[in-house]
Amino acid sequence: MLKLPIYLDNNATTPMDPRVFEAMTPYFMEHFGNAASRNHPFGWEAEEAVDYAREQVAKLIGADPKEIIFTSGATEADNLAIKGVFEMYASKGNHIITATTEHKAVLDTCKHLEKNGAEVTYLQVQRDGLIDLKELEAAIKPTTILIAIMYANNEIGTVQPIKEISTIAKKHGVLFFTDGVQAVGKIPVDVIKDGIDLMAFTAHKMYGPKGIGALYVRRKNPRVKVTAQMDGGGHERGMRSGTLNVPGIVGFGKACELARLEMEADTKRISILRDKLETELMKLEEAYINGSTEHRLPHVTNISFKHVEGEGLLMGFNKNIALSSGSACTSASLEPSYVLKALGLGDDLAHSSLRFGLGRFTTEGQIDYTIKAISETVLKLREMSPLWEMYKEGIDLNSIEWAAH
Amino acid sequence: MAYSEKVIDHYQNPKNVGTLDKSSKSVGTGLVGAPECGDVMRLQIQVDDATGMITDAKFKTFGCGSAIASSSLATEWLKGKSIDEALTVDNMDFVEELNLPPVKIHCSVLAEDAIKAAINDYRVKNGKEAIKFEESVVH
Repeated sequence: MLKLPIYLDNNATTPMDPRVFEAMTPYFMEHFGNAASRNHPFGWEAEEAVDYAREQVAKLIGADPKEIIFTSGATEADNLAIKGVFEMYASKGNHIITATTEHKAVLDTCKHLEKNGAEVTYLQVQRDGLIDLKELEAAIKPTTILIAIMYANNEIGTVQPIKEISTIAKKHGVLFFTDGVQAVGKIPVDVIKDGIDLMAFTAHKMYGPKGIGALYVRRKNPRVKVTAQMDGGGHERGMRSGTLNVPGIVGFGKACELARLEMEADTKRISILRDKLETELMKLEEAYINGSTEHRLPHVTNISFKHVEGEGLLMGFNKNIALSSGSACTSASLEPSYVLKALGLGDDLAHSSLRFGLGRFTTEGQIDYTIKAISETVLKLREMSPLWEMYKEGIDLNSIEWAAH
Repeated sequence: MAYSEKVIDHYQNPKNVGTLDKSSKSVGTGLVGAPECGDVMRLQIQVDDATGMITDAKFKTFGCGSAIASSSLATEWLKGKSIDEALTVDNMDFVEELNLPPVKIHCSVLAEDAIKAAINDYRVKNGKEAIKFEESVVH
């Protein structure tokens, strides 16, 4: 029996794996100690658990445990990396290069720094969502201190050419930070092979708990330092003060270990389901995949169904299927997804998009149900759409003078 | 965001979806909104030339559930009304009937605009002057 509702919004957050929950539970009541309490067994237990989890986390990304700084999540890690580098390397320069499709945690942090004297270059992306490496290299100047480009995009799943970016950064002596939130635990990420200097990632996108994330900060070749953004007891090698979230860290560690051991099998299974979903939905007329299909996360697809509006579409099945749309009909601005617009999509296609994020617990039965429900709703709404009628009559929609609205 | 039951009902069972012959002199067509804003409503009225009564109304809408519900409701309200009565329909009538939240008020404005546009189209087709309406504020 198929259980409803179906969850296909795994880019927003993932359900916690029961094995992660099991690993965490003793650390709420039984082993409640403060990992910084050095002089009694409660503290020792907590510290030991944190050390073990730090190793599990580091191992997933090919890092040394000492290079892992625990934070409250990826937003904090993004802030710490960018603000921390900006402050630490102020004597070297003030220029940061990022891209227009970054997560708001990166873009808004950069905007904040612009008010404090930073100069920020926002690279445009190409139609497939990838940055142009030549443009990146051309944007570097003597004052450039940081390149901040995400590993994989949260809306379209596009995976950036990380190795090539880090090679360019290294060549010019610029630090490279990547927001790895959507990639870590889903595809192989290795900070050494990828040449990453700093990387933000979080537990709740890989079947771990919310409220715990990490910043990887390279210690060798080069040794990277960031200025703390949270002052206090000097935890996390002075880079992030605050009592450690021991149960969260234990869960994060377990989630990383599971990801490392099961990623290959998970990916194989999930990508087959994603491909089935995509192939079937693309059989509908006037359906378009957004972003690169070649350089893409295996569990993500983003599709626009022309002449139906995304939110209206979601309403047809959102009691039974959890998805998100690039339409922003509920926002005051009425602006659709800035990521889709950055790809050069017209507002009409951006309004018509659905984002699918499959996960470890997605089943074939769920995908079959989703294909049917979405196909039926698209057809129903097109019967109701004046734009679809005009399209079918061969009227060029761009030739119509739409009332400003 | 949760939709009201009335919005859901109109969305699931929309009334009067369809197309009237827009070349007919007794049909008025209003097409409002824009694809880049995520809402386009087309509202059509069939008018009995002798009595000035609206005998039929049809819609097609590209938009969210509230936009679809507002236009479906508009067709229900218009049928059987005279043109003069139809002109008194206000966007707040939709907001109240459908319990639209503040972010969806633009849907109700669009529905009101669609009614006015359809009436003006009918008037112009029949040699009457288009009525000048004040610019809607909430868009």
